This record gives sequence, C-alpha cells and structure tokens, in this order.
Amino acid sequence: MSQYHLNYLEQLEAESIYIFREVAAQFEKPALLFSGGKDSIVMVHLARKAFAPGKIPFPLVHVDTGHNFPEALQFRDWLANEVGATLVVRKVEDTIKQRSLTEPKGKFPSRNWLQTYTLLDTIEEFAFDACIGGARRDEEKARAKERIFSVRDEFGQWNPKLQRPELWNIYNGRIHKGENVRVFPISNWTELDIWNYIRKEKIDLPSIYFAHDREVIEHEGQLVAMSEYVQPSADDKIITKRVRYRTVGDMTCTAAVESNASNLDEVIEEIIATRISERGETRIDDKVTEAAMEDRKKNGYF
Amino acid sequence: MDLLRFITAGSVDDGKSTLIGRLLYDSKNILIDQLEALEKSTKNRADGSVDLALLTDGLRAEREQGITIDVAYRYFSTPKRKFIIADAPGHVQYTRNMITGASNANLIIILVDARQGVVEQTRRHSIIASLLKIKHVVVAVNKMDLVEYSQDVYNNILIDYAEVAKQLGLNNVTYIPISALNGDNIVDKSETITWYEGKPLLEFLEAVEIDNDINLTDARFQVQLVIRPQTEELHDYRGYAGTVTSGTYKVGDKVIVLPAGIETTISTLEAGGKQVDEVFAPQSVTIQLADDIDISRGDSIVKSDNQPQVSNELDVLLCWMDDKPLIPGNKYYLQHGSRLVRSVVKHVEYKLDVNSLQQQPVEGNVKLNEVVKAVIKTASPVVFDSYDKLSENGSAVLIDETSNSTVAAVLIK
Ligand SMILES: Nc1nc2c(ncn2[C@@H]2O[C@H](COP(=O)(O)OP(=O)(O)O)[C@@H](O)[C@H]2O)c(=O)[nH]1
Ligand SMILES: [Mg+2]
Repeated sequence: MSQYHLNYLEQLEAESIYIFREVAAQFEKPALLFSGGKDSIVMVHLARKAFAPGKIPFPLVHVDTGHNFPEALQFRDWLANEVGATLVVRKVEDTIKQRSLTEPKGKFPSRNWLQTYTLLDTIEEFAFDACIGGARRDEEKARAKERIFSVRDEFGQWNPKLQRPELWNIYNGRIHKGENVRVFPISNWTELDIWNYIRKEKIDLPSIYFAHDREVIEHEGQLVAMSEYVQPSADDKIITKRVRYRTVGDMTCTAAVESNASNLDEVIEEIIATRISERGETRIDDKVTEAAMEDRKKNGYF
Repeated sequence: MDLLRFITAGSVDDGKSTLIGRLLYDSKNILIDQLEALEKSTKNRADGSVDLALLTDGLRAEREQGITIDVAYRYFSTPKRKFIIADAPGHVQYTRNMITGASNANLIIILVDARQGVVEQTRRHSIIASLLKIKHVVVAVNKMDLVEYSQDVYNNILIDYAEVAKQLGLNNVTYIPISALNGDNIVDKSETITWYEGKPLLEFLEAVEIDNDINLTDARFQVQLVIRPQTEELHDYRGYAGTVTSGTYKVGDKVIVLPAGIETTISTLEAGGKQVDEVFAPQSVTIQLADDIDISRGDSIVKSDNQPQVSNELDVLLCWMDDKPLIPGNKYYLQHGSRLVRSVVKHVEYKLDVNSLQQQPVEGNVKLNEVVKAVIKTASPVVFDSYDKLSENGSAVLIDETSNSTVAAVLIK
C-alpha cells in the first residue's frame, strides 16, 4: 500500500468537508440544523475542519421541541460557544401558540411531527436557502434514496420521483426563489462510522451516550425515560436501570438501551455486537407505517 | 480498511435488488428489526420466503409497483472491506438515476438473466459503464436455478457478452454464475455449480485491487472557496480550500493558477486544519500561495510542469437526462466541479445507438437518454483534461437556466 492512502473514515471525512464547502460557496444563507445528537455534533466537527482557521460561516439552528434531554441542551450551548458559532433556537412551543396547533396527546406525546412547522417558519424568518442536516442513508430506507443536495419546494416538500441527477462530485444547488435545499453531508456514513470517527477524533459527547442510572418505564419492550413530558399509566412501573442512549431525540420518542458501556471503546463494542438497527431500537415514533419517513419528508420534514 | 463503491445494473427483473438483499442477508448485515419489517411486508409468497428486493426498494411507489425507481444506497462491511452499494433502477426511463449511482462507482455488477441472455438494457448499462470508465466490471449471470445450472447456457452468455465488451473496450470483465434467490455464489461458493472455478461474488468484491484506481501522477486542484478569517491574528490569511482530485502537492511546489496563467509557489498546506508538508487525492485541503494573486472559486491550481488543457470550446459526449429535449443552440450552465460557466451547445455531430453501438445521424432534437457527440462553447475558459485520461477533471454537467434541473452528463473528449 502506498503512503498516499486514505482509509474509509478519512475518505468519508474528505467527502463531507467537500460538501460543506460547496454549501458555503453556493448559497447565500445556509444554516446547520443542530439537533444535539451525535450526528450533528460530528457535523459541527467536520464544518470546523472545513473552514479552519476561519469560523463556521453559518449559524447552528436548533428546532427545540421542548422535550429535549437537559444534558443535550447544555451540551448544545457549550459546543456553540466552543466553536464560536451563532446559535439560533426556535421553539415548537411558540409555533404551537402562534399557529394554534393541536398538541399531540397520549402516553408519549411526540412533537416530532410538529417540528416541521417550526422549521419551515424558521427557514422563512431567516430566508435560509440551504439547511444542512445530519441524516444518514443507513438510517432508514426513504433516506437511502435521497440525494445529498435535496431540493425542496416552497412548502419544504421532497418529491422522491423528481430528484435531480447527482453526478460525480458535482452538486447543483441552483434553486428558484422560495425553494430551499436540504444538504446531507454525512449521507454515506453509517452509525458505526460515526462512532469510530468520534473515537478517532476524540470528539466530546453529552453524557447520556454513556451508561448511567435512570428512571424508566417499559413500553412494548423499550425503555423510556421518566420525565415531565411522559404520562405513565397507573399500571406502569417506574424502575431504575443502567442505560445509555444510542440516539438523542425527544425524551418522549427516544428509547434508552440497557448498557454498562461507560466509554467509547465499550459503546463501539456493543454497537458492533447489536442485531437491532439504530432506529428500530431507539425510536418510538417510527413504527406507525412503513412509509412513515417518506411521508414526513414529503411534507417538509428534515 | 478501505472502501469499495459499487453499483448493480441490468434490465428490470434481472435480480439486482434481490442480489443486494442476498449479499446483506448472507453476510449477516441485516438486523433483526429490518428483517421483521421485511417479513411483514412480504405478502402472498407461496413458499413463505422473504422478498429480499424490498430491502432497497424504499419508496412507497416502488413497493406498490414492485420496481426500482431511484437509486438506493446500502452500506455494509466485512472484516476485509467496507462497501457502499448503489442499487440502480433497470427501466430505460430511469437511466438518469442509474447514471447518478454509476458516476461514483469503482465497480459495476451487470446482471444478466440466464434465460434472457444479453438484452438491450445490458448493452445500455455496459455502454454507460464504458463511457464513465468504471474501472471494474462483473457480469453476474443470474437465475442459474431456472436454467438447471447449465454450463452451456452460461458459456453462451459469456461469448455474447465478450463481443459487447470488445466493442466497448471493456477489458476488465469478470464473469460469475449466480442465483441471487438461492444464494449460489453470492457469499458462499455454490455447491450446485460445481463446474465454476472462480470466487463467489463477495470474495471477489473483497479482493479486487482498487488501490491503483486513483491517479497520483497528474496533480489537479480546484478552488471551492477562499478562506479569509480576517481576525487580528490571521489578518493576512488567504487560504484556497478545495479537494485534491488527483495527484499530490508539496510545500514549495511551483504551481500555475489557471485559467489566468499566473505562476507562484505553494507556501503552506493544511489538511483538517493542521499544517502538513504534502497532500494527495482525494483529500480536502487548504492551500496558501507565496504571492498575492486574484483567485476565486472555480480556478485551478496545478503544477507548472503538468498542465491540463484550457479552452472555451469543448468536444464532448452528452448523456441527455431531461424530459425536455436538447435543442442545439440553447444556452445552459456548465458546471465543472466548482466552476460554473455559461455555455451553448453549438453543434451535435452524431448519436450513439445503444444496440448496434454505431454512430448515427441525429434528426431533430436530442431526447431523454440519448448519448450524443457535441461541441460546447463556453463564455469563459474551462480548465480540463479529457475524461478518458483523467475522469476526475473531465466530467461536468449541464444545467437548464430556467428550470435549474441538471439536464446532461458531460464527458469531455
Ligand atoms: N428463480 C430466481 N428468481 C430470481 C433470482 N433473482 C431474482 N429473482 C426474482 O426475479 C424477480 C425480480 O427481482 P428484483 O431483484 O426485483 O429485480 P430487479 O428489477 O433487477 O431489481 C423477483 O421476483 C425475484 O424474486 C434468481 O436467482 N432465481
Ligand atoms: Mg430493483
């Protein structure tokens, strides 16, 4: 093997940096959609490398459902400050009030779906023409079909039957007024790639990704953290378990996994050994229909 | 560990999606919940087996119609290698989606239905493989179970395809008899196809040599954007950010900025925010130059002793990908990496017939999926190499100025 060799993580990194730079160069007002999860933390790390020694030339935008893990919010604030990026937070709570939307009900009232409204309002407020998201193609089979530069109409809608050809490393970001582009720089990374990269680059993560004791209730075999947003039924038993999170989304729709893994090596070992996918194990909201993600994307979701 | 990107191609129903499902399934890269979802959506199967094609046919319309409309990407790894698979649609009308998946592939698996042999789509996809210069071609003769695993059938297909390969100048072709449905020669060597002496597919994919696929001789770099932090301590910093698409660069190299033609030397190189002495393809880097020169996005920085061509008239092959026809004389944007210039398609010389592979006269406008030879004139010069010599610097797209659609793949001659 020659000295001029990139391993797969270095190749993925190079591709992602290239995409970040294309976004900065092609668009007037890009934004990085920051969820507080590991994928968006890795994106911030990549963006930092892409523009070093300069600062990241666009804001981090968080659509805050109000159902976040406090650890993730703290980490978000710390990270934005650390990299010197502007942080824009827009709350689903406010959208619900302004637009008198109906709050979801039930045991795990998920605002996941309502995020789309806040997102579209935020895009309009700032006139963002590109929103960079941390979706990966290995997560879900509708995502496996989406382009890296995904053009959305003025309603944010994805049209899976009318995607632009996307050839070589040429990204066509030209759009009409009112349209915007969702850009997914880590499309080609898998969950394991993300973890291996976090280890290789020594990237900090919120503490909830590592084993800790937490009060949970069991719901259809999944462990859901107790919080003020969850409405347990009378027969639910609240138990304390040693858990970690594999993804970090809303407290109402993200399940924890039982684990003793307290450092990256141990987490990675567990991820390699697991026989259940990331979404399958941790998302409570995805099981409704097989086309749940496709439908949401068609309606303007990330 | 290295990374192999491949695409599955071939006509509708030749078994592309099933093959990918089988690869993932037999290499234990399908997780339990994905399998359960698969079982749930596999209805009315007489033998109760799961439909592996549903693993990649992720759109509602695809599942309803049982076809693949757009490329799906799947990821898996073995202890030897990491793989990115593009599952391409077989229908002629979705060829542009197939090209999307093929443009980044190191390797293409062309499936042939053993009962049908080499058909029009086999040829069409082979032409695309040859035009795009995909480095490795595997012809997987599928559904061997339906021809009683006959060696004669297989050999006849080999003879037919060898003719196509010869015409197209594809010289790196490997043939494997498989049954995607039953798993013959996919991950494990078939116990039925005893007459085949080669490797099963996965073993071949793990071993195929791809290290030499990257050109490390001809250094090419295009500026994506200029980094100017303008802070106190970095007041005069001007870094040119971009990707080394081929070759290598060292600090101190004598370089020339094109198309302007100004010479200077590399003063610093950075990769990932750290200073380094040398960079190479396909790294994303930042270059600083010794002299203050006017450089902007789309300009090329190359070594003075190894220069690409600079011209505003390009001989090209166009794969037309839009429903609206190409009208000679129309203006389009030409995007060549990060360089965007206005252009006009001046003249269409001939079109390639996908069956006979002959050059044919063009009557009227150029339609969806036609491949034509044309001359493009650009408003400002393009810095390029011929696609055949250095594909990284010889590819571009045309963009319709009014619809913003990407309407053609451009291979510069
Ligand atoms: N008997 C047999 N059927 C196969 C084989 N491979 C695929 N098929 C069937 O051929 C049909 C088309 O397969 P699919 O993977 O959807 O083809 P695609 O259009 O190329 O993606 C399906 O009904 C498969 O079950 C094989 O090796 N043997
Ligand atoms: Mg298919």
